[in-house]
Amino acid sequence: MLINLFRIIKYGFLAFRRNGWLSTATLSIIVLALLVFEGLMIFNVLTKTAVNLLEDKIDISIYFKIDAPEDDILNIQKSLGTLTEVKSVDYVSRDRALEVFKEKHKDDAAISQSLEELNANPLLASLNIKANDPSEYATIADYLDKADFKTMFEKVTYAQNAVVINRLNKIIGVAEKGGFVLIVFLAFIAVLVTFNTIRLAIYSSRDEIGIMRLVGASNSFIRGPYVVEGIIYGFLAAVLSIGITAPIVYFISPYISVFIADMNLWKYFTSNIIGTLFYQSLFGIGLGAVSSVIAVRKYLKV
Amino acid sequence: MVIFQNVSKIYGSNGRQMAALEDATFSINQKEFVSVVGKSGAGKSTIIKLIIGEETPSKGRVIFGSYDVNKLKSHELPQLRRRVGVIFQDFRLLSRKTAYENVAFALEVAGRPQSDIIDFVPQALEMVGLKDKMLNFPKELSGGEKQRVAIARAMINHPDMIIADEPTGNLDPMNTWEIIKILMKINELGTTVMLATHNKDIVNHINQRVISVENGKIVRDEAKGKYILV
Ligand SMILES: Nc1ncnc2c1ncn2[C@@H]1O[C@H](COP(=O)(O)OP(=O)(O)OP(=O)(O)O)[C@@H](O)[C@H]1O
Ligand SMILES: [Mg+2]
Repeated sequence: MLINLFRIIKYGFLAFRRNGWLSTATLSIIVLALLVFEGLMIFNVLTKTAVNLLEDKIDISIYFKIDAPEDDILNIQKSLGTLTEVKSVDYVSRDRALEVFKEKHKDDAAISQSLEELNANPLLASLNIKANDPSEYATIADYLDKADFKTMFEKVTYAQNAVVINRLNKIIGVAEKGGFVLIVFLAFIAVLVTFNTIRLAIYSSRDEIGIMRLVGASNSFIRGPYVVEGIIYGFLAAVLSIGITAPIVYFISPYISVFIADMNLWKYFTSNIIGTLFYQSLFGIGLGAVSSVIAVRKYLKV
Repeated sequence: MVIFQNVSKIYGSNGRQMAALEDATFSINQKEFVSVVGKSGAGKSTIIKLIIGEETPSKGRVIFGSYDVNKLKSHELPQLRRRVGVIFQDFRLLSRKTAYENVAFALEVAGRPQSDIIDFVPQALEMVGLKDKMLNFPKELSGGEKQRVAIARAMINHPDMIIADEPTGNLDPMNTWEIIKILMKINELGTTVMLATHNKDIVNHINQRVISVENGKIVRDEAKGKYILV
């Protein structure tokens, strides 16, 4: 049994080496398929980050009348926090708002000076509400509109932002759905192309398979080396595709950061390289092995 | 060892049908040396294909040893085929393996240890005079050399039966007699041999049982037969 396994592995490697250009061609196709997958993964990460960034920018702010007591505001913060739609409610006191404002404009002499002259804090206390999901802002705004503590509000920012928020929601929705469809479609094509390439490679040895049957080889002994070859293809393709992606990612990473501020693609890529290699290998090996099994089966009927 | 019971084989799928074997009944006993003779297209190779389950009969029953050949499942056929060494008319060597590996393959499929391969394969290739070409691929061998690799492969596993389909077709007279001598020797040592050929001299020299096939019919079956031309 063990000797059979040893022979199967030996012949798998031998066939890979001897098949020369056929091995190279098959390998290249699988590398291309894996590159498509890696591209999709990176695309996915980029859109997710971009979408998260956008979502993060959306919020509803309630500005309270200048004489609203802090205790009441804190109570409202607490009760808003219990809503299921709400992710977080941040309280910004009038003093804190002033600090932030000063910090932001410390280089602007005119503003600093006029603040000095004003001698009182003109800024309002506010609650910043973030929703779990951007589509829930409408519900939250509705709730605020009906609340009995509404009288303490100076203004609520939702109304002015509603159009932008709704549009962003739509864009996010389309990006997510479109991305998913694109991924499924391209993945399907990649799988199909790989399967057909392996099938063609095995088609070229259909006579050999028939002869092996006729001299008494069992099906698993015939199939084994082809599966081993498929596994070699899958693993090598995974390593190669990562080797090809690495310099590309390194090169485009700074450009990505320009568009998506928080995104360091290179860092993301390097910190996930083991996982990527693992999944790519798993995928390549699975695809190679399964394709081989299916393709060989047809010629084992002698 | 081999029993044919009213076996017919009709080739052809759509429309044109071709009876390659019609109502053939015969049996071959253990340790026999049987020559199957007949003109080209008579049906000799068809008989061989039926024995190893490469083709299924249209009618009748083929038995090899304890196996009812056509009742065997796909995964049971290898066991039968390991007990028959076939020298195919068209050699059927594995083109992506060297002469050495082709011969070794017959031992490997039977799960024989590596030491057997190291011992027996060079020996078998030496017997057919191909020791110096054992690392050549089939495409680097002449017709006769390929035939001799096929002979070595068929014999190496010490099968219960050797079936030789025109095994000397590509060989010069010297090599031809060499191979026939080997086949007769193997038969003396207890292996059943079936030889399909249209070489009259060989058949007459062997002076053993002869089955004559004509147009798919068995027309003669004689214990100490001669090749009789029609
Ligand atoms: N796969 C096939 N499909 C259709 N007809 C076939 C097939 N194989 C063989 N035949 C026909 O069956 C007949 C017998 O063929 P077979 O190969 O048994 O002849 P043979 O006696 O071995 O001849 P030869 O001495 O030339 O090898 C021939 O007429 C051939 O054309
Ligand atoms: Mg023939």
